[in-house]
Amino acid sequence: MTTQPPDPTTPSVLLDVRDITVFRGDRLVLDDVSLSLAHGDAMILTGPNGAGKSTLLRTIAGLRKPDGGTIERYGALAWLGHQDALKPGLTLAQNLALADRLGSGSMEDVLEALDLAFLTDLPARLLSSGQKRRAAFARVMLSGAPLWLLDEPTVGLDVASIERLGAIMAKHRDNGGAMIVTTHVPLPLDNTRSHELPSLAHAEPLWLS
Amino acid sequence: MTAFFALIDRDLRLAYRFGADTLASLLFFILCGSLFPLALGPSPDLLRHMGPGIIWVCALLASLLPLDRLFGSELEDGSLDLLMLTGLPAYAVAFAKMIAHWLTTGLPLLVAAIPLGIMLGVKGSELPLLLFGLMLGTMCLSLMGGMAASIVLGARRGGVLLPLLVLPLATPVLIFGAASSYAGQLGASSSAGFDLLGACLLAMLPLCPLAAGYGLKSAVG
Repeated sequence: MTTQPPDPTTPSVLLDVRDITVFRGDRLVLDDVSLSLAHGDAMILTGPNGAGKSTLLRTIAGLRKPDGGTIERYGALAWLGHQDALKPGLTLAQNLALADRLGSGSMEDVLEALDLAFLTDLPARLLSSGQKRRAAFARVMLSGAPLWLLDEPTVGLDVASIERLGAIMAKHRDNGGAMIVTTHVPLPLDNTRSHELPSLAHAEPLWLS
Repeated sequence: MTAFFALIDRDLRLAYRFGADTLASLLFFILCGSLFPLALGPSPDLLRHMGPGIIWVCALLASLLPLDRLFGSELEDGSLDLLMLTGLPAYAVAFAKMIAHWLTTGLPLLVAAIPLGIMLGVKGSELPLLLFGLMLGTMCLSLMGGMAASIVLGARRGGVLLPLLVLPLATPVLIFGAASSYAGQLGASSSAGFDLLGACLLAMLPLCPLAAGYGLKSAVG
């Protein structure tokens, strides 16, 4: 896992994942997965439940080490996990304060884009699940990072919000950003690449000595 | 460095917002300390003699109380993933949480130890020594407790495991700390106790965040 300055020979590559293998306990979850992402790319990760989509995202984010293979990342990343990570007692603005301080995005713009501006001073426990999901997404936008890793960004969102999310993602790609998204709902995105992970759930368990 | 202080700032705000959790350990400390005179009898001589020991034991137990939630709540709601991705190394994340734990638990305990000490009849001249010892001691406890909390993170029955891990490690701190606080009563110098407490603190300062960082990494991985 390295974060390096852009390589002059391959200026357009943002992420290069080569042959990564991940075990969970004694079970093989990811087997020789390779993918690469250039600026402006959007990759949709598909695969049945338990195929390791979230594990792949977590591995790319650096939250866990791959058991084999290499990941090279040329730029910062923003992470949207399947949990919203909002503290119920804090207001929306307080919940986003850390991301706002560490990131380069502007809070007003982000909240406006996600239609959350009128909820700024409301405690997170009063938000609906769709509003919480959008609030979690606001962190990704606040980071200003070029590479977005989004684990099920559309969970709990209504059709209008999904459209809005699609517009935000398209804008991010136009600005040279890239993203990997896991989703079960079709996203309003053009020219996406997709990567299907096979389910290894029924494979023979491997006993590691 | 900005991220490090932003993290501490965030934790302080959280503690302020969820004041009940912070207050719980403080109330436990005061209540526990005030129960001793009821059980031991109101003899001033006895209480004055037992005072520093009572305060040390109560402080140790009180600082254990919030440990379970220190990383547990962050892991449950997914915040820990975000903290690990702030660009800070894992040990720095752990260290920031430990500092915040001391500021929200250790520091209020120090303040509460003053009235409790007076109540138990600790002499005015011995009180500063007790507080200085307690300051070093609570710092040690925050470091050690943070380490233990991150190690049991994600383990089932972690709450049971936590005191079992911390209490044996905390005994040297308790022994040296109480010895330094009793030196005044026995007419000896406190410096030996302070030296040993300081040595404990210096050993834990690099080791505990490192171990805790490793614990956090394996918890999110």
